[in-house]
Amino acid sequence: MGRFIVRRLVGMVFVLFAISVLTFAIFNVIPNGDPALRLAGRSQNPQVVETVRHQWGFDKPVYVQYAKTMGKVFDGSLISYTTQTNVLKEIRHDITRTFALAIGAAIMWMVFAMGLGLFTALRAGRFSDRFLTVLALVGISMPVFWLGALLSYYLGFKANIFPNGGYVPLDQNPAQWAYHLILPWFALSVLFIGVYSRLLRSNILDTINEDFVRTARAKGLSERRVLVRHVLRNSLIPVISLWGLDFAAIIGGGAIVTESVFDIGGVGSYAADSIQALDVPPVMALTMFIAFFVVFFNAVVDIMYAWLDPRIRLQ
Amino acid sequence: MNGEHLLDVRDLGVSFATEDGVVRAVDNVSFTLDADEVLAIVGESGSGKSVTTMTLLGLTRGVNARFEGTATFRDTELISAGDEQIRRVRGNEIAMIFQDPMTALDPVYRVGDQIVEQIRAHRSDMSKAQALDRTVELMEQVGIPRARDRVRAYPHEFSGGMRQRVMIAMALSCDPSILIADEPTTALDVTIQAQILQRIKDLRESGGMAVIMVTHDLGVVADVADRIAVMYGGRIVEQGTLDEIFYDPQHPYTWGLLGSITRVDRPRPRRLPSIPGLPPSLLAPPEGCHFRPRCPFEFDKCPQLPALEQRIQTPGHRDRCWLTPDEKKQLRDVGEGRIGLAVDGTVTA
Repeated sequence: MGRFIVRRLVGMVFVLFAISVLTFAIFNVIPNGDPALRLAGRSQNPQVVETVRHQWGFDKPVYVQYAKTMGKVFDGSLISYTTQTNVLKEIRHDITRTFALAIGAAIMWMVFAMGLGLFTALRAGRFSDRFLTVLALVGISMPVFWLGALLSYYLGFKANIFPNGGYVPLDQNPAQWAYHLILPWFALSVLFIGVYSRLLRSNILDTINEDFVRTARAKGLSERRVLVRHVLRNSLIPVISLWGLDFAAIIGGGAIVTESVFDIGGVGSYAADSIQALDVPPVMALTMFIAFFVVFFNAVVDIMYAWLDPRIRLQ
Repeated sequence: MNGEHLLDVRDLGVSFATEDGVVRAVDNVSFTLDADEVLAIVGESGSGKSVTTMTLLGLTRGVNARFEGTATFRDTELISAGDEQIRRVRGNEIAMIFQDPMTALDPVYRVGDQIVEQIRAHRSDMSKAQALDRTVELMEQVGIPRARDRVRAYPHEFSGGMRQRVMIAMALSCDPSILIADEPTTALDVTIQAQILQRIKDLRESGGMAVIMVTHDLGVVADVADRIAVMYGGRIVEQGTLDEIFYDPQHPYTWGLLGSITRVDRPRPRRLPSIPGLPPSLLAPPEGCHFRPRCPFEFDKCPQLPALEQRIQTPGHRDRCWLTPDEKKQLRDVGEGRIGLAVDGTVTA
């Protein structure tokens, strides 16, 4: 286990290095305008531009620029070229919002998917199963921007049951925090509830015919215990790995649309704005940050996998 | 409610609705089991032997299953018992060992925990530590070395034979009155088979437990059984003691079964005899005797179903065949060991 974590950490360093080099290289190759020109502001005095270029190190070789930028990523002094604000401060501000959205949604869709998956599997072929299957497909087919807008308009703006977008920090008012996030959580979850409940349903139907489930029944366990401890537990193994990856994907930009529909202002919208402005420092920092989470959650998934399925050994 | 038998199965019938029609997997099966007795249920794959035993524990219940008849265990009628009632019998009073030990244990839990789980399902007064001690004891009893350490192992760390021992330890954990062993040695090596059978025999002798052994292996039957029920096409075709079935078989199907094992006390045939044809489809079974299409001695009475009844002098020895005892004796002397095989060794039908 310890060796596994160390190996994963070393691997993570390499992945992050490769990604940072690639991202930096891309932004140096594509026509993105001279950053010195942007930083020099309105005054296009060549001398000023030259000074800025020298001050910011744009006249240095690319690898020196890369090293400097990366150094700034790590010491937290990275400054945006366009807004000239501290990048990491911005990310830190936005990330709590993205996390609040992603964690809540991930829990919501897993809970709903487990309930629906178990319910439909136990009623496979009956009307309720077919009805929920159609419902799941509808959920999968509904785009977030449309569903989010509908929810926000009808339940928020018109019926006034929920707030019309916005975000309240958790430490300020936990009740308001949750209240403001219910609609976004739901909007983001619908697709995943559909996918996960279908996946779980088929996994459960496979597992329920396994010999060990028959053994569990023959042992005299209650049906509830058989279903939860033996059937559901074994059916969840493949779903859990997907869960970790989807969660990482949501942190890494999968929630952009939800963030902007409900005006949450998470890290996704920051990334979108920065890329549009070809603003290298935030893009670099965000890419590193997203890559970190993807790699990190991959490792978490592997650890959970070994924990859920002892046949998999971590070495 | 009867003082005579530990288990009394009467006219048990099990049908399953499938997409192709209704399958009558078990038809009119009756047998009894006394304490300390080993009953072997013998038959080919698909003869209904597993369905019969699983039905006793309610393991075949489902939306597509229909049941008839009764199975009375002590004061409990198992077929109509409620879910909670049958749950209390399962694993506690009647325990079951299944055919394939490789898949019968849940891969994600430690073997010890799986046994503890069963003990605690029925002995709620036992603490976890007590149940674990009992588990170690049971695992030692079935011959698992270093049981104290091995309770923490996962099923995939065990060989097939060891897993079957775990299954046996689990089955014995609540001191059941009846142990149902559904082909317990089919998936195991021959040497392990012998060990496992010996284990079951030892346990029966020491534990005062009745055993229902479901198998198609007549070698196993000869080794452990007191009485035998031969099943074919969902019905019991012959029933009697070990000696009666092995030395005085009445039903042509039994002759065929006995003829298709190798025996050291007979000259070795050039080819191992087999019963020609296939077991009947239970979707559209033949009228009357199910063995009729494969039986070399079929005659005009056979399309009517013969009852399972005593037809010879020995009480308790019953069969479902219209041939008279004399005819049987005569035909068997020619046919036994040779059904489906002519004297010169060529296959006939």
